Amino acid sequence: MTNSWMDIGNADVVWIMGGNAAEAHPCGFKWVTEAKHNRGAKLMVVDPRFTRSAAVADHYSPLRAGTDVAFLSGVINYLLTNDKIQKEYVKHYTNASYIVRDDFDFNEGLFTGYNEGTRSYNRSSWEYVMEPDGFAKRDLTLSDPRCVYQLMKKHFSVYTPEVVERITGAPKDKFLKVAEWAASTATGDRSMTIMYALGWTQHSHGAQNIRCAAMIQLLCGNVGIPGGGINALRGHSNVQGITDIGTLTASLPGYLAMPTDSEPTLDSHLVKRAFKPLQPDQTSYWQNYRKFYVSFLKSLYGPKATPENEFGYQWMPKLDIAYDVLRMFDVMHQGKTTGLFCQGFNPLMSVSHKAKTIAALSKLKFLVSMDPIETDTVRFWENHGEYNNVDPTKIQTEVFMLPVTSFVEEDGSFTNSSRLIQWRWQAADPYFESKKDIEILSDLFLRVRTLYEKEGGKGVEPLMAIDWNYKDPRHPSSDELAKELNGKALVDLKDAEGKVVRAAGQQLATFGEMRDDGSTDGVQWIYTGFYGPNGNFAQRRDNSDPSGLGVYASWGFSWPANRRIQYNRASADPEGKPWSEAKKYMFWNGQRWTGPDVPDYVPTIPPERAVGPFIMNQEGVSRLFTRGFLADGPFPVHYEPFESPVANPLYPKIKGNPAARVFKNDMEVFGDAKDFPIVATTYRLVEHFHYWTKSVHANAVIQPEFFVEMSEELAREKSIRPGQMVRVWSNRGEVKGKAVVTKRLKPLKIDGKTVHSVGLPLNFGFIGEAKKAAPVNTLTPFVGDANAQTPEFKAFLVNVEPVPGPVA
Amino acid sequence: MFPPIANPKAEAITPKFGEQDLIRRSASSITPAAKRQTEVAKLIDVSKCIGCKACQVACLEWNNLIEEVGINVGVYENPHDLTPNTWTLMRYTEWENPESGNLEWLIRKDGCMHCEDPGCLKACPAPGAIVQYSNGIVDFVKDNCIGCGYCVKGCPFNIPRISKVDHKAYKCTLCSDRVAVGQGPACQKACPTQAIVFGTKDEMKQWADKRIKDLKSRGYQNAGLYDPPGVGGTHVMYVLQHADKPQLYAGLPDNPAISPIVELWKGLTKYAGLTAIGAFAAIGFLHHIVSGANRVSDEDERNAKRLAGGSTK
Repeated sequence: MTNSWMDIGNADVVWIMGGNAAEAHPCGFKWVTEAKHNRGAKLMVVDPRFTRSAAVADHYSPLRAGTDVAFLSGVINYLLTNDKIQKEYVKHYTNASYIVRDDFDFNEGLFTGYNEGTRSYNRSSWEYVMEPDGFAKRDLTLSDPRCVYQLMKKHFSVYTPEVVERITGAPKDKFLKVAEWAASTATGDRSMTIMYALGWTQHSHGAQNIRCAAMIQLLCGNVGIPGGGINALRGHSNVQGITDIGTLTASLPGYLAMPTDSEPTLDSHLVKRAFKPLQPDQTSYWQNYRKFYVSFLKSLYGPKATPENEFGYQWMPKLDIAYDVLRMFDVMHQGKTTGLFCQGFNPLMSVSHKAKTIAALSKLKFLVSMDPIETDTVRFWENHGEYNNVDPTKIQTEVFMLPVTSFVEEDGSFTNSSRLIQWRWQAADPYFESKKDIEILSDLFLRVRTLYEKEGGKGVEPLMAIDWNYKDPRHPSSDELAKELNGKALVDLKDAEGKVVRAAGQQLATFGEMRDDGSTDGVQWIYTGFYGPNGNFAQRRDNSDPSGLGVYASWGFSWPANRRIQYNRASADPEGKPWSEAKKYMFWNGQRWTGPDVPDYVPTIPPERAVGPFIMNQEGVSRLFTRGFLADGPFPVHYEPFESPVANPLYPKIKGNPAARVFKNDMEVFGDAKDFPIVATTYRLVEHFHYWTKSVHANAVIQPEFFVEMSEELAREKSIRPGQMVRVWSNRGEVKGKAVVTKRLKPLKIDGKTVHSVGLPLNFGFIGEAKKAAPVNTLTPFVGDANAQTPEFKAFLVNVEPVPGPVA
Repeated sequence: MFPPIANPKAEAITPKFGEQDLIRRSASSITPAAKRQTEVAKLIDVSKCIGCKACQVACLEWNNLIEEVGINVGVYENPHDLTPNTWTLMRYTEWENPESGNLEWLIRKDGCMHCEDPGCLKACPAPGAIVQYSNGIVDFVKDNCIGCGYCVKGCPFNIPRISKVDHKAYKCTLCSDRVAVGQGPACQKACPTQAIVFGTKDEMKQWADKRIKDLKSRGYQNAGLYDPPGVGGTHVMYVLQHADKPQLYAGLPDNPAISPIVELWKGLTKYAGLTAIGAFAAIGFLHHIVSGANRVSDEDERNAKRLAGGSTK
């Protein structure tokens, strides 16, 4: 989230799309009800289904699953053609004024530089015109036909309300109301928050869905202000934490990059990430990347990391390609993987295309599950009839189950969607013989290292170089690990005058204290300060809120730097004055930047210096045009899902996202609209938490059985009675569930054709207390987002038929 | 935000009400407490409810109830009705509003309304099986229950359920054990959106006024409070978007009132001046006119109406 959960209470318009906060985030949703109750805020929901969020909304519009870019582009077009944008904000805080290279173009659905053979772009033309002084060219009048603003007007002009209706099925009046309500916040004295979740990410164009939202918020001036922002609602209580800590395969902690084969030296890695400012006087904060990287290496290798050995960079593994989850299972499917460790991971349920996952797991020599509950994955080899129809005699994979403690049985921290790190204390004893994850991994590490020490082997040197300096090496404590994340001074740190500002051994107070000469360590720079010299701030529980804006600055610690709203310099105009009294937040008081939050800015830089508010970017401003940073284009384009009931109404020749990676064998099992005319989407139910609570009795009671939601019209067409068992099949498999026939799903008119949809909740499997069901990822396609490789769970094709038998 | 109720302290708390605070006791005459406690109420704001069923689970957990894992019959309700173990249930109604043309998904938390004039208590022939405290809570006392099922008939909201295991009647207690130590009911505590709030009845009415104002500003001209006078008002109230049509909300009665057969029975006991012992004769009489444990035929109903002079609807 750019903002925080509590800050949603400051919104005037709440827009939920690509998520279903009432259902998937019921506790956080309280801030929506607060905004409505206290401020009279309006809630609008756009979703293929009339959801539980829609049940309490002021306005609802349907759309066909997988067409969000078209809908959102329609809103962008509405804002631009009706000139309902916050002009000053757009001019000064976005790259609207930047001039784009002459050789950049967009034609027939493709940007310049497309290579059909590799399904990828040469992105070199997606760039600004550079002046001889090395800075990017701008036109602050926004009139140059090659400036981003003018290119946008042209690019989005195709998305008229009529075209939006034709592609998405959203009735024109319902779409227009959404656009009008969004536009009502482009005034500087009102704000809109956008809340989304996996409904936007789990598409072959997921990143572009979110890009659209970012563009709308920037055009309305809603980034950096209270009640604004683009707010990603994370699905597990600590999933923000695990992303921060670097479990993404191409990331190190704190969003530093894994070294790659093409970066043989530390300098060759760092030089690519120097990010020189593109305008005079800009901060371009990633220029400090080296300090964070070296501090990370110092934490990893301790005293063995020295300037002479590039701080141990040579011991780091180097990636040949990114091993995202789809690639990982594709490689496994090819029989190239020996063993798999699943730590709190149930891939049989959570990776697309279950048949492929089963085949992949069957080729492993061993599978280890570290989990507090028995997962479907560890029993993938068992025959559960139609729910998991495998032949155990054909599967030789050895499976180990290591029971681990659950979160209530150990101390530690959670980082929630608000980037808020909160400590929690052990509340119960570990169940039976379960052990902490840390304990198991430490034990494993030490045993493996001892074996290598005795017997030698490939890669022994990096293993020996690891610094494992804990009081009890077999039981590193949560407290020790938290301190290590924060980082400390390794020698006395002195300022320019030679005064000691941080004594050797002291915890660092901010990442601003990190150095690139090996005199500091710290695993995760963005967390620095959470466990500084004054103790563990994640344990703070002061709920005072002097500004009344839901800041709660002394409760826990929000990364980075305990900042609750990111980019908050943008809450003031270029002169440093609040855009309005109603949205007053951070402002220049003549001496410094002040307000209820930590400024996202150097606090003493005066407005005259014209340092942009988006200090992480080289431009100092935000990007409406993303240059070459995304694989599938600098502007969003409507691409159909890979399985779609219609050809792309705008660019009929293009199937799916042209830059999405598709493995050969997966391309072959896409279904087409002839055999599979019905759009399917998957989602979570509020009664369950992912695939865990089907093992909890009370949750199984309140939602016991897999079901298939469909409209009354579809049920009539297929002679399906409510409560009847139905079969749903895609080109990859079939599932059976009870028909929930509802007015909350309606057939839509798409490009002149009636299109039906079904909804498939994903919480059911063959292990647990709830009724057995075949997991819905039996049906889903094996293709991911072009940038993040997140599987396309939200839009694919199926067919449906009633299964003879008694109703209910 | 309605001010949250503070968590209890670790040390033991003396219950704030008990036997001495009864104002009604089934099939027995008592001297009501001299001073009535402040009336409490639970307010369920349907317009804030997201149908998450956290209240249902909280109820199971707090009251140590084990419900069966059922099946899906084509709707979101699970279980499909109140049971001896499910004392509160979310009911979902899809309604196409003919005026706006919009679909509305009306989600109501069903359960005991804790009537000021409780039909169950009036119908109950077992001394002390149903009691009402002066704060308004209507509670079932299991040890005194004889499982006859008259409370079911007496209830205008169709709430109590008789267990097939121990043949006792069960329903929501408004968490009288929690309220006695200054807490709100478990469902209220678990509600993530403050669709359920708890306090004094006056506070709840004031809070409801604010909510109704907000709903009217959003175009719900008939928004209002459901506190039906036919049962003397209730200690569980609803804020409804369409207070003129309670029936929309999964059949919430428009004008609930105690069944005439119960009023008749009540009249008879008064006339005969029955003692506790005499009550057993009356039980026999009632058993004769009611076939089965908890079923009254339509004919009985008509006769009762006639005998009671048709004074109740």
